[in-house]
Amino acid sequence: MRHQETIFAGFGGQGVLFAGQLLAYAGMSEGLHVTWIPSYGPEMRGGTANCTVILSEQEIGAPVVSHPLSAVVFNVPSLAKYEPLVRPNGLLLVNASLIAAQSAREDIRVVYIPASDIATELGNIRIANMVLLGAYIAATDIVSLDAAKAQLDEHLSDRQRKWLQPNMQALDRGAALVR
Amino acid sequence: MAKQLLKGNVAFAEAAVRFGLQAYFGYPITPQSEALEHLSGRMLREARVFLQAESEVAAINMVYGAACCGVRVMTSTSGPGFSLMAEGLSYIAGSEIPVVVVNMMRGGPGLGNIQPSQADYFFMTKSAGHGDFHPIVLAPASVQEIIDMMGLAFELAEKYRTLVLIAGDGSLGQMMESAELPPMQPLPALRPNWAVTGADGREPNVITSLYLVAEHLEEVNLRLQAKLADIRQHEVRFVEAQTADAELLLVAYGTSGRICTSVMRQARQKGIKVGLLRPQTLWPFPAQRIGELCEQVRGILVVEMSAGQMLEDVDHAAGGRVPIRFHGRMGGMIPMVDDVLADLQALATSLGLAP
Repeated sequence: MRHQETIFAGFGGQGVLFAGQLLAYAGMSEGLHVTWIPSYGPEMRGGTANCTVILSEQEIGAPVVSHPLSAVVFNVPSLAKYEPLVRPNGLLLVNASLIAAQSAREDIRVVYIPASDIATELGNIRIANMVLLGAYIAATDIVSLDAAKAQLDEHLSDRQRKWLQPNMQALDRGAALVR
Repeated sequence: MAKQLLKGNVAFAEAAVRFGLQAYFGYPITPQSEALEHLSGRMLREARVFLQAESEVAAINMVYGAACCGVRVMTSTSGPGFSLMAEGLSYIAGSEIPVVVVNMMRGGPGLGNIQPSQADYFFMTKSAGHGDFHPIVLAPASVQEIIDMMGLAFELAEKYRTLVLIAGDGSLGQMMESAELPPMQPLPALRPNWAVTGADGREPNVITSLYLVAEHLEEVNLRLQAKLADIRQHEVRFVEAQTADAELLLVAYGTSGRICTSVMRQARQKGIKVGLLRPQTLWPFPAQRIGELCEQVRGILVVEMSAGQMLEDVDHAAGGRVPIRFHGRMGGMIPMVDDVLADLQALATSLGLAP
């Protein structure tokens, strides 16, 4: 059964919530049940931001999980918080540009992606979220990369439209590092 | 309509518009402010009334006034704002007019915080204001269900001329889920014949909750109680899952209810025969069905984001026939599947049902 529970976590402004939303849109376009729930405490402003995304063939019960199957961590505090929580045999995706530390977990798959560096190379450090999402999709296969791209085209705000192609490239670059 | 990814607060607001909402009065409060943000533009584009009042006290009295005029009207708020509305809610109940109020519960008491909670259960089901009355209280567990329940809320409010509350929580308001909105429905063509619409050529309609003669007020109360008895008999709603062979029963509503769906699935995989009863109406409460299930199951686990409020209604329904255990989180904390499952396993073990 296709099923994923993922926490995306980082600083406010890194596009953590949008990466999760895009995954939810892609899952929905492929006929999966989806939930997206942000942490919405007052800590969001300038502090940490995270969201939990569940995609499943089955109707979704709990929209939050204490031990996710996957975690995508954008910064050091998020690694510290979520590394211990990922379920055994799960996936930990690390933004290696901002996180120098290596994970000590041996019972999970850990993938290091220099997402912020690649994003900078593509012309905008803020699209590191798409590099990580591309890598996540390649690692989990929960949705197709094409579905994510189609949804990106549909849901990128007008203000960000000029960054559509770099965003697409970011998804590809992230995916290529995992495949 | 195709499915869309919708945030709970936007979903119920848009659903209300499509179900023919004619006027909205409210005051922003987290975690439901997105509803006002959505309606502020949406209602104006539809040439309907949206008004941000100076406070929740003002908002509920504007709602009261509009409802007296026979228009489809609502407001939405969260805990502290709902407290401020209590006087108006009682006037609305005493005046027997249809009003819908959404309360996206947050951590309390007091200013508390903006995280999800279910601690307004007593307040909403038993004492939403002074005097003898109960609102109908609907409890959605998903974005789709809150959409559907907006339609049901207006229908029940108008059918019984009563106050209908929707008991959501912060996480339901903030969560995005795939859901389908109803098509746009026409506005009510006529205003009801009891409404205050100008008395040209007819006897004036009087809508009041003021009856200074005790005998008259008792008569009003008796009529109100008869109506509530009617609602109690006909409007109980709940969802049951895997109860056919259940030895244990989970009882939970709203967000806690969907969390218990996950608990039930995992427990079943471990060989624990557990079912779930999720009340969709908190008042009237599915007491009769819970009573019936007590003839079958050996124990009940109640799960709430409170210190145990619905627990008292379950306890009353069970009448001491089976042991009841409680799992509650407070202050904005959400019950986690692993923790609830551990409690369920402990209950199974204590009853000699552990696989």
